[in-house]
Amino acid sequence: MPSLPASSASGAPLLSARGIARADPLSGTVLLHPATLDLHAGDHLVITGPSGAGKSVLMRGLALLDPLSAGSILLRGKAVAACDVPAFRAQVAYIRQRPAMLGGTVEDNLRVPYTLKCYADRSYDHERAQGLLAAAGKPAGFAAKHARDLSGGEAQIVALIRALQLDPAVLLLDEPTAALDPESTAAIEALVLAWARTGPDGRTASSAAGSPAPEVATIWITHNPGQDTRVGNRHLHMQAGTLGPLPAALAQTASATLMATA
Amino acid sequence: MSNTEHLNNLSWVELAIAALLILVNGAISVALRLGLEKKLAIAALRTVVQLLAIGYVLQWVFALNRWYVVMAILVVMTLLAGNATTERGSARYAGMGIDGLLSVWVSSWLVTAVGLFTVLRIHPWYEPRYAIPILGMVLGNTLSGVSVGMERITNELQDKRDQIEMLLALGATRWEAFRGAAVTAVRAGMMPAINAMSVVGIVSLPGMMTGQVLAGQDPQQAIRYQIVIMFLITAASGLGTVAIVLLAFRRLFSAEHRFLYWRLSERPGG
Repeated sequence: MPSLPASSASGAPLLSARGIARADPLSGTVLLHPATLDLHAGDHLVITGPSGAGKSVLMRGLALLDPLSAGSILLRGKAVAACDVPAFRAQVAYIRQRPAMLGGTVEDNLRVPYTLKCYADRSYDHERAQGLLAAAGKPAGFAAKHARDLSGGEAQIVALIRALQLDPAVLLLDEPTAALDPESTAAIEALVLAWARTGPDGRTASSAAGSPAPEVATIWITHNPGQDTRVGNRHLHMQAGTLGPLPAALAQTASATLMATA
Repeated sequence: MSNTEHLNNLSWVELAIAALLILVNGAISVALRLGLEKKLAIAALRTVVQLLAIGYVLQWVFALNRWYVVMAILVVMTLLAGNATTERGSARYAGMGIDGLLSVWVSSWLVTAVGLFTVLRIHPWYEPRYAIPILGMVLGNTLSGVSVGMERITNELQDKRDQIEMLLALGATRWEAFRGAAVTAVRAGMMPAINAMSVVGIVSLPGMMTGQVLAGQDPQQAIRYQIVIMFLITAASGLGTVAIVLLAFRRLFSAEHRFLYWRLSERPGG
């Protein structure tokens, strides 16, 4: 395991999970055994593991989308009250494998978040959205395309830009490229890496001031060989609902490299 | 009334002739393999049995003219209507029956009470000639509004789970995530009553008005009653639809802004 850039590891972790567990609400089957995880700014954690190992359960739990049977989740060291959950999710963005689009054009979809109460003080930045679309290799007319005409890869790019433009602190990427072509996969990786390197630009003064390193972190679930080293600087493994270190046998193929974050 | 004498008293033979018309629908079902013959036969039989039964009950209640008897009838009618709200749709959730009953009960009784006390000013309020048929009409329409609303909200939530979770993940409150489905369901539930109001008198002559006119009432009075009834019906089905959608919201979204999707399940065999 490579050492992490010590940007803010001294302070409270950006996101931490303390013994979070989940059981199926209907059958009672354990889906996630108590898992503890600290995610510091600059951490880019890759989680691998076989299908059905509970990786998505963990991610959905971290995004507070599913109720936990035990444990707690802290954002910057603070527990999240029920009424603060929308604000928490604005900070901890969850990107699912199957992107969900609403009706209308790409731009309509990018505008959707700004209709929500938690972004009431912000407005859609057309230039920035165009810049992100261009960075993903999309032509100028792409924003006017109807969302239902998008390919899976295009939709995932839109879903990612929809989240990135909101300047989250943590990105939870749940196999975002599992069903995508290599070109879209490369675009997704490039968007995330650029965001991780420069941090959320145009961030308001509410964030911790005086820290030059971007106050961001990611958790990326992947099956894609090679992707772990491209997008991560930490690596954990899940097996049968248990989160643990990467087994040595698997570690040889996954030589995690330190990612430049400054 | 002299003109009632022109109307023949219906005999059983004539009712049997009308029943033959149902066979037309049965033939259609067989020809197109709709598989509705059994349902159609049962529904037709229920019409006969239920109306005969209610005829005898009404005779008895009118003769007794006691508030508690009227009240008991109204409660039974409401329970039956509430029970019928969950008969549609492919998705279910625990507590759906109670939610349906509650929506039907509160909205239809509230609106009927307003109608009886302030608009029609019936004295005494339990005068069975008014209270029972008026609540009956309001219930019938509230029931359809509530069951359409319930069917649509559960179907929408099931179909749009991905979009709802996407909105929640972006930071939507549970209400913001729910709103789209709610609008669709409330609109669907209210449309039948609104459509009925738009075509009444042109395409359709409502049953109550027709009945009053057939029974020899002055059409002017019959029409005024019908207008009141239409408004009561629309108000009650609108309230009932909103109520069921809000109750479903309460059951399927938690205070932590989570969508409790696993509480929705496919109707067994449905």
